[in-house]
Amino acid sequence: MEDRTKNVIVEGLWKNNPGLVQLLGLCPLLAVSSTFINALGLAVATTLVMVGSNVTISLIRNIVKPELRIPVFVMVIASFVTVVELSMNAFMHELYMILGIFIPLIVTNCIIIARAESFASKNTISLSFLDGLMMGLGFSLVLVAVGGIREILGQGTLFAQAHLMFGPAFEGMQIVLLENYRGFLLAILPPGAFIILGFLIALKNMIDIRQQKMAKTQPIPALDNNANAS
Amino acid sequence: MKLYTPSSPHTHAPISVTKVMLKVLYALLPGIAIYILLFGWGVLINILLALSAGLIAETIMLKVRKRPLFPFLTDGSAVLTAVLLALSIPPIAPWWVPVFGVVFAIIVAKHLYGGLGYNPFNPAMVGYAMLIISFPREMTSWMAPKSLTETELGFAESAGVIFQNPEALKHLDAISSATPLDYLKSQLGLDHAVAEIIQSNSIFGGIAGAGYEWVALAFLLGGVWLIYQKIIQWHIPLSVLASLFLIAGIFHLLNPEQFASPLFHLVAGATLLGAFFIATDPVTASVTPLGKIIYGAGIGLLIYIIRVWGGYPDAVAFAVLFMNMCAPAIDYYTKPKVYGQRNE
Repeated sequence: MEDRTKNVIVEGLWKNNPGLVQLLGLCPLLAVSSTFINALGLAVATTLVMVGSNVTISLIRNIVKPELRIPVFVMVIASFVTVVELSMNAFMHELYMILGIFIPLIVTNCIIIARAESFASKNTISLSFLDGLMMGLGFSLVLVAVGGIREILGQGTLFAQAHLMFGPAFEGMQIVLLENYRGFLLAILPPGAFIILGFLIALKNMIDIRQQKMAKTQPIPALDNNANAS
Repeated sequence: MKLYTPSSPHTHAPISVTKVMLKVLYALLPGIAIYILLFGWGVLINILLALSAGLIAETIMLKVRKRPLFPFLTDGSAVLTAVLLALSIPPIAPWWVPVFGVVFAIIVAKHLYGGLGYNPFNPAMVGYAMLIISFPREMTSWMAPKSLTETELGFAESAGVIFQNPEALKHLDAISSATPLDYLKSQLGLDHAVAEIIQSNSIFGGIAGAGYEWVALAFLLGGVWLIYQKIIQWHIPLSVLASLFLIAGIFHLLNPEQFASPLFHLVAGATLLGAFFIATDPVTASVTPLGKIIYGAGIGLLIYIIRVWGGYPDAVAFAVLFMNMCAPAIDYYTKPKVYGQRNE
């Protein structure tokens, strides 16, 4: 049990990260990640939906007939998206307006249906909850990283418009990293999002390859010793 | 004894990448010389900046990718990328524009795709497209030829403008001007007729832009020399120019008030430089004879479409990049028949 829990965490955050490895949900990832706060808004919304839908689908997994599972899953997801959409409209209206169509489109986000189909419909409630949370967090981390990098490169600021998400008390949270920055439009436009995501994927692969090499080089001296001893 | 059985082609010219690149650079020289003569030292400073940035970026990427430095640095491809990009940047743009453009071109467009021979897009044009999308203000303030301005910038002053010396920047207003294509586009938007626009402003010369037309014709000369030297073939340049001439001619005949003459389109902007030096890049262009003609015709057509109805005054970079994307498909469908092959 310990192992499975750990596995779910590692899979969601790193090994099978929805943004960097599965490359799912690229449409919202690339479209709304122009600033840190926009990205965070969508990240939170997606994670909430993912956790809710994973738990619910895990609950009803033994009742739903396999032939009907896809429409049922989509309806479960859609109802959670509606909840999130209405609450965002009520409590973070401005951010809701900025994210626009991408909030309702969470219904069609392939990560969520993929987790429902491949994980939640086969596992217990607690594990499904954890999986939803970890996959959501993994996606959020990528989303927020792309958003942060794009905001820094594009406008020279970080956490601009934080009040849209956290309320007027956070209006002063914006950090101007580069004074008199003239702006780098490419980073704000969609091609910039593709390029930055590409760099992040390359970085992840580089870390993985380095770790594999480390893991490979260690046992060799031990093997040599054995060979000598025998 | 081993029987050495190489695959086709069995006869080939003893010519290396370095030689090809060098000849292309020689062919650019007359254009560059006239460009400097008519527009001042900014052109040369741009080229030097781009060259040094390009070679440094190439060295760093070769080191990172653990490739041998000498053969790749001396093959001249980075030099050509840098020069072509520098020629498409305004001579009064700040220093970081050519530097950043070339670094982006070499690192992202060339080495991240696997280096020379593996890049699907023309690196210089990727750099240019990145610059014009990101920094439209810097990339569209060109300068008028020296003959039209009262102030003439020396080498030091040109360098001052490029390196953003506030003292030298005072001259900027006197020498900067819109390009003929840009001016034509904005004036057409105000419902002026083509002939009226061309007469109203001294930046228009005999055929296209004053000064710029001579630079373009010098590039044409270099391009024809390249064909004569068999470095490039006639298919791509001719089909680019012919398709642009044809579509511009049709629209000009239909309504000369609204559409500039085909000759204007051939000589204005980067058409000639693009047709002979950019579209013919052996890595990113089509390779089959028929494919080359389709590829070139596509570029000519797209140049006209983007220039006349698109959002940017000139369009060579976007046209070339778009057709780069189509090149593999074009090659696939225009494979020449193998001797003896029968149609079913």
